[in-house]
Amino acid sequence: MKHNTVKVKEHYNWPVTILLIIGIVVVILLPLYMALMIAIKDPSDMNNILALPKKIRLQNFVDAWVMTDFPRKFFNTAFITVINLIFTLITNSFAAYAITRNRKKSKFFSLMYYYFISAMFIPFQVIMLPLVVQANTFHLDNIFGITFLYIIFGLPMNTFLYTGAVKAIPEALDEAAMIDGANPIQIFSRIIFPVLKPTTATVAILSFMWTWNDFTMPLVLLSDESQQTLQLAQYVFKKQFSVDYNLAFASYLLVLLPVLIVYIFCQKWIMNGVVAGAVK
Amino acid sequence: MKKKTSRKRPAVNRIYYIYVGILAVLFFTFHTIPFLKGVMYSFTDWRGYGDWNFVGLRNYIHMFSDADTGNAYLFTFKFAVITTILVNVISLILACALNAKIKFKNTIKAFYFLPYMLGSLIVGFIFNYIFANLIPQLGKGLGIKALSVNILGTNNAIWGIIAVSLWIGCAFNTLIYIAGLQSIDTDVYEAADLDGATGFRRFSKITFPLLAPSFTINMVLSAKGYLMVYDQIMAMTEGGPGTSTTSIAVLIYKKGFGGGQFAYQSANAVMLFIVVVLISVFQLRVLEKREEKLG
Repeated sequence: MKHNTVKVKEHYNWPVTILLIIGIVVVILLPLYMALMIAIKDPSDMNNILALPKKIRLQNFVDAWVMTDFPRKFFNTAFITVINLIFTLITNSFAAYAITRNRKKSKFFSLMYYYFISAMFIPFQVIMLPLVVQANTFHLDNIFGITFLYIIFGLPMNTFLYTGAVKAIPEALDEAAMIDGANPIQIFSRIIFPVLKPTTATVAILSFMWTWNDFTMPLVLLSDESQQTLQLAQYVFKKQFSVDYNLAFASYLLVLLPVLIVYIFCQKWIMNGVVAGAVK
Repeated sequence: MKKKTSRKRPAVNRIYYIYVGILAVLFFTFHTIPFLKGVMYSFTDWRGYGDWNFVGLRNYIHMFSDADTGNAYLFTFKFAVITTILVNVISLILACALNAKIKFKNTIKAFYFLPYMLGSLIVGFIFNYIFANLIPQLGKGLGIKALSVNILGTNNAIWGIIAVSLWIGCAFNTLIYIAGLQSIDTDVYEAADLDGATGFRRFSKITFPLLAPSFTINMVLSAKGYLMVYDQIMAMTEGGPGTSTTSIAVLIYKKGFGGGQFAYQSANAVMLFIVVVLISVFQLRVLEKREEKLG
């Protein structure tokens, strides 16, 4: 491998490596290990929290599954996350394309650009109170409504991310396709969108993380139990859990599991995507 | 299709107008209107239902004499300043360490980034238990009094929330610093080696100044995020004990929905918006000037 090609000496900085590994174990993994231990223990087996269980009790997961109505909450969360992802990627990328390509030709698009970008500065808490009143009038207090709002609210950030990428694509590409008789939608979907792939990855990750882990918007909008998301359900059940930590932690792990699986498979992709998004 | 372009400007296909127009109308309806309504309500006495009257600036004036709001601002600023500084210091050290010639680099990096993925609500719950049970158990075992109580139930609850915020926040900031470190040309270091600059001197004179753009991003985003802190607090203390960890965002939620202070908390929200914008703009001004000076 590498050390064959480097003749000199590829010496690693072992003290730093070891310190970093100790950091991982103590700071990152210990809390998660503790969560796992509690989730698989019997309530009577909690004298030493960090010790391995005398007997593994998977019943906690079954109980948590039933008690929080996990399938329903999982479906709600997955629905919101997936639908938001699909619509965000399609609609916001095309919006950014339309705005970027026409900014020089028409004031309207320039105005729209600044309109969307300036909205990035408005914290959710600022629109939260009136939004809830309005959401009730429009009947948006369900998973369909909240998904719709996520798609709309993501516009400023995603437009910002996509416009930077669209700008980098030479306009000659569009012009060539236009001469061949392609219409704007064809040009975008066949030529531009494929080139935007790295940005699409960034937007996809950020959207996924936002909707899967969001707690505030479901809290204020989704009052009906059947519409709750996984995060919101954990908060709502907190009081019922308070006596039974084993059940609570089993439930937390059930929520963390999908994210961990996604992370294990797309870890590199995710880290690159987040950096690309922020550095813009 | 309109091929004939006029002398003035090339024609824009109608599809673009229609499409962006529709999105703008939707965005206006569901984002801008609530925002404007919030601003409007902040000048009224609305409780969230029933009749209301315009009351001018009364809500804004009341904010300066209201203890709840004053405490929330004090707590939020204290929290935001401490956390922003600590998160940047720790992330910077961590980034330098991760950028060193270490073994298993990618795996180690992946572990340190993991907290970013886990939602702050559940992380808050896990640390709740650590503060309430694990640390006191440890404290009693070691006979250290300070550790044997739940910090979240004391006057030092803020430090528990800071700890969790750091656990969650360092991942993102570290990643940005690593990206910054990787963009530094290795020639610069070789030149520094020749000049005999090593260790901390090399860091303070070369690495840190060259990290200026990453530093700007991290400072602005952290400060903005921590001024709006909400999830961790709802997961851990819900603003308690008493109101000692009630941030502005938590106050807006609690009193705006549950306390009949819809209009007053709307004013609070508008104020939060102004504060966030002013601080962000101020930071950008100062930090970008610093970048120019260094560049």
